[in-house]
Amino acid sequence: MSTDPFVLEVNGRSHEVTDAHPGESLLRVLRERLGLAGSKNACEEGECGSCTVLVDGQTVCSCLVLASTAAGRQITTIEGVAGDDGLSHVQEAFVDAGAVQCGFCTPGLIVSTGSLLESDPDPSDLAVREAISGNLCRCTGYGRVLEAVHLAATRLGGST
Amino acid sequence: MLNGRQHVGVSVTIATTLEDACAALAAEPGSLVLAGGTDLMVEVNRGSRRIGNVVALDRIPEIADWQLTGDVLRLGAGVTFAEICEPGIAALVPALAQAARTVGSPQIRNAATIGGNIATASPAGDSIPVLAALDAVLELRSAEATREVPVVEFITGVKTTCLTPGELIEAVRVPVLDGPQEFCKVGPRNAMVISVASLALLVDRSARRIRVGLGSVAPTPLRATQAEDHVSGHIDWDNGAPPEPEVLREFADLVAGSTSPIDDHRGTAAYRRHAVRVLAQRSLTRVLNRVSSS
Amino acid sequence: MTHLATSRRTAAPRIGEDAPRPDGVPKVAGTFAFSSDLHHDRMLWGGTLRSPHASARIRSLDISAAVAVTGVHAVLTHEDVPGSPNYGLEHRDQPVLAADVVRYEGEPVAIVAADNPEAVRMAIDAIAVDYEPLEPLVDPDLAERADPIHPDGNLVRRINLVHGDQGVRGEVQVEGIYEVGMQDQAFLGPESGMAVPAEDGGIDLYVATQWLHSDRDQVADCLGLDTARVRLTLSGVGGAFGAREDLSLHVHLCMLALHTRRPVKMVYSREESFHGHVHRHPARMWFRHHADRDGTIVRVESRLVLDGGAYASSSGAVIANATCFAVGPYRVPSAHIDGAVVRTNNPPCGAMRGFGAVQTCFAHEAQMDRLADALEMDPVELRLHNALAPGDELLTGQTITGTAPVAEVIRTCADHPSGASMAVDPMELPGGAGRTADPEHVVRGEAFALGFKNLLFSEGFDDSSEASCRLADGVATITSACAEVGQGFVTLAQQITREVLGVDGVVLLPASTDGIGSAGSTSASRQTWMSGGAIQEACGQVRVQLLDRLAFEHGVDAADLVVADGRVVSMAGGLEVDLAEATAEPIEASVVFRHAPTLPLDGNGQGDAHVSFAFSAHRAIVDVDVELGLVKVVELTTSQDVGRVLNPLQTVGQLEGGAAQGVGLAVMEEVLVQDGRIRNASFTDYLVPTALDMPPVEIAALIEQAEPGAPFGAKGIGEPPSISSTAAVAAAIRDATGLDLPRVPVRPTDIVFPEGAA
Repeated sequence: MSTDPFVLEVNGRSHEVTDAHPGESLLRVLRERLGLAGSKNACEEGECGSCTVLVDGQTVCSCLVLASTAAGRQITTIEGVAGDDGLSHVQEAFVDAGAVQCGFCTPGLIVSTGSLLESDPDPSDLAVREAISGNLCRCTGYGRVLEAVHLAATRLGGST
Repeated sequence: MLNGRQHVGVSVTIATTLEDACAALAAEPGSLVLAGGTDLMVEVNRGSRRIGNVVALDRIPEIADWQLTGDVLRLGAGVTFAEICEPGIAALVPALAQAARTVGSPQIRNAATIGGNIATASPAGDSIPVLAALDAVLELRSAEATREVPVVEFITGVKTTCLTPGELIEAVRVPVLDGPQEFCKVGPRNAMVISVASLALLVDRSARRIRVGLGSVAPTPLRATQAEDHVSGHIDWDNGAPPEPEVLREFADLVAGSTSPIDDHRGTAAYRRHAVRVLAQRSLTRVLNRVSSS
Repeated sequence: MTHLATSRRTAAPRIGEDAPRPDGVPKVAGTFAFSSDLHHDRMLWGGTLRSPHASARIRSLDISAAVAVTGVHAVLTHEDVPGSPNYGLEHRDQPVLAADVVRYEGEPVAIVAADNPEAVRMAIDAIAVDYEPLEPLVDPDLAERADPIHPDGNLVRRINLVHGDQGVRGEVQVEGIYEVGMQDQAFLGPESGMAVPAEDGGIDLYVATQWLHSDRDQVADCLGLDTARVRLTLSGVGGAFGAREDLSLHVHLCMLALHTRRPVKMVYSREESFHGHVHRHPARMWFRHHADRDGTIVRVESRLVLDGGAYASSSGAVIANATCFAVGPYRVPSAHIDGAVVRTNNPPCGAMRGFGAVQTCFAHEAQMDRLADALEMDPVELRLHNALAPGDELLTGQTITGTAPVAEVIRTCADHPSGASMAVDPMELPGGAGRTADPEHVVRGEAFALGFKNLLFSEGFDDSSEASCRLADGVATITSACAEVGQGFVTLAQQITREVLGVDGVVLLPASTDGIGSAGSTSASRQTWMSGGAIQEACGQVRVQLLDRLAFEHGVDAADLVVADGRVVSMAGGLEVDLAEATAEPIEASVVFRHAPTLPLDGNGQGDAHVSFAFSAHRAIVDVDVELGLVKVVELTTSQDVGRVLNPLQTVGQLEGGAAQGVGLAVMEEVLVQDGRIRNASFTDYLVPTALDMPPVEIAALIEQAEPGAPFGAKGIGEPPSISSTAAVAAAIRDATGLDLPRVPVRPTDIVFPEGAA
């Protein structure tokens, strides 16, 4: 049994998905069918945030999106965060601030952080903590992650 | 209808109107109704639910909106918890916004809908105590008919509802009350936690009534009516003087006494009962402080 | 909050500087390949059928329906294990696939390979197993008297440590019983890997692990292949924390790949991961401390029972640590510690960050506070009064010959000013987003805890790491099988190479068992020392060869030559050679590095069993909503004995991350096991701290006293942050509530119903 073909718009490119299983999540399709393995599969129950992507500009857990229902929506994954001229400010800040250890939570955190700074360019510590509370990190204890978010905010502020 | 398809295997209907959704459901009454997906997909990923035909509701503009008519707020079933946290809705039903802010994480709140939360009918559903306290009425719809059911009647047991095959939730209607509101939720983590016990307490000044809804302490949505009766009669509605400590205590005891909690791996029955007693006292104190200061 | 220099540097950073991770850019770009990201065009998917029972006899096993599922290529059982039926880190006591009995819930019974995950799922469901459920042995206190649940018996190891004059009694005695729940490592990257059959009849396994060569040896045994035909390559590791020291899916993947002649990939679900790796041992501990009136500890008695679960894993070494370090970093001239780790039908337990010292630290620090109370003495003063110092004897009779800045660690942490203010927003109070508390419902508590542990492997283990360095055209290529699991060894390897060779270009080859010997395990805070040491020596030998070569060629004294900034120059002047030119003909060296040898413990738990020790202190400030039993950890302050800081940024990362796992164990993390079955095998119900749960970590001091024998004097830093943090948080909750709280995690009911009403 499979689902009829559908087309996903990911990072500005159209991908036809054929033979998806009924119930196959957007995360599985991204990772296993489209070769976009940057979104991670740590829990597949919406608790860890490592599969966070943007769907029509909003962060969601891609593991909880039925892939075929995302047809026609604009999907941005971690692979679409960096621009043609290199890493985004958020990505650079994560490297520079030491917010990356094992790196498994990193793609989701970067997507969440990007979304936060769009709506709140200068967030307080508490606002950052709430905004990333759905992104579990087991390595860093979040200290360097907070540092990275503030660093990115500073650099983004400085660049406008 | 986008991508509507008839298929030998399974069909996924992405409905763009309520009529389409109802028609698809009428054609395949066993179809899964998918709103935000945040409950359903957990079961699908775990393999505990095999997915068949699906009717997706997330692109129906009619249910994605909210309207205020007089003092009645009508929330489309597709309104997300992120939208409920926004000032527009939060100003009208602050307890619902507080409850919404405790739902999962930002990512979950962006997808999860109020209709989905009600239809899942979990005893721990975060919006449900508030909706119970508001006497929320659900507008149900199928291809053939529409009907209205109070939320407390809609949920018939743990994860069971009175939805009939082919029927879906179109909207939730709640009153906009005059008076402060509180929602509190107990869990062993500071965010992203399933409720061990929760309580919504609303002041209805025009009716001179305190309304209390409880979560995770009974199989179905629970109003603490006896406690409401008792405390509403002991509040100085005209002058806003604080009630005697004894009234607070009796109120809290009656709230706790109205529950029928269970022991599970998230908490014991005794703790749940104790917790709503504490939440009852604290939330009543909070709202009365605001009543008397306003 | 600690603000660190984050400016981009132009010169490649060396030892002591904030070098950026070489894998940082691919990790933020999402292009770093973790073991779950592996893909092969011809690959099959693998899956595992697991026991639903904690204890059962297998009457029959029928795979015929599973084999018939469309898309299924293999369904294998214990009968298909080609070599040794068992594996294990210390004892080969764990079946690759269960044969006649299952001994824990989740034990693998059969494995499947199929075209896609759906077919795998259907095939697993179609395997018919007829179990005869047995009464599981779940109480560790009964294990030694119960019928053996395994041919090796129910006692995995007992250490009866007897130290000093057993007749000593203190004027003041305090006694307590303590308990630690089962913690999960909860790394984010699930167990995963891919096995690819090789032309020579062997196998290539790409997997996330902590110890490639130990895995290789066990896999080869179970496959009945010689080790030359089993090649393991490290795939991207999404955290480890001890849970990847044992095999999980390794042999299964290889069996399926060899059977189907196709590459096979397997990824555990989160639920499966909870069943698929060892956990931190739950512990029951009794202590009696004896002290003189002036606070001098004169004797400690203790009984420790650790629940090892169904199979041995590294339990023997864990109980050794728990026993040897049972009293903490204090002078204790007389002791009797009876430490036992037993077998039960509970989930198997093994390595987790802190490795036995976490459990006893929770207990000994509670005892120290109790003793301070009984003596009416300041708890920090009591610790200072008894603090170990170089030259002191441990419980094992071993004299500390290295550094032991215990007093400095205590003083700097205790004296550090607190930056914690009182929160007003309910969001920042206990209960967090649930808005349950107002400031008047909250009691603040503060406490201090101290911990320590051994670095490197102990008890006579032949602990080594091999590394090679090849300098060609001015670029150094380093080969080591050290498993990078997120800790940042790859950064240090570059820094060390640059420091020794004066080159900027450093290439690290992928870690593999091919062409290099074992680096040992990424555990026991040992890789900076061991693999760092191997790289330092290999690079050092290359440097000597280089300078000798140039000295010979140019007729100068090698001692007069220095390497700097890609050139070799003579200090006397006159000679300047470009490094790339000088190494047009490559120079290579390979080194097997060993630390100072250790000895086994004798029958009384005495002996020079350890190499080196690291100490840490935490001060915790907590807010407690006593009525609801909810806790918010407000601030953690720490000092740690680090030997020398090699990379400040990574050091901070280890201290913060380790403390977060300690906070988790103190207030929320527990694998709930009832009748041998895990009730919360998901991230919905096994709660790890979110960003709203973790407080800022203030680093009061990094005590830098160079450790003899350690490369650059640096001690391992990964484990101490997880040891004293739990004890400090629990003690702070005691301070706020006045309750005994003898168990972690501290649950809301422990505070609300301290008498155990429910």
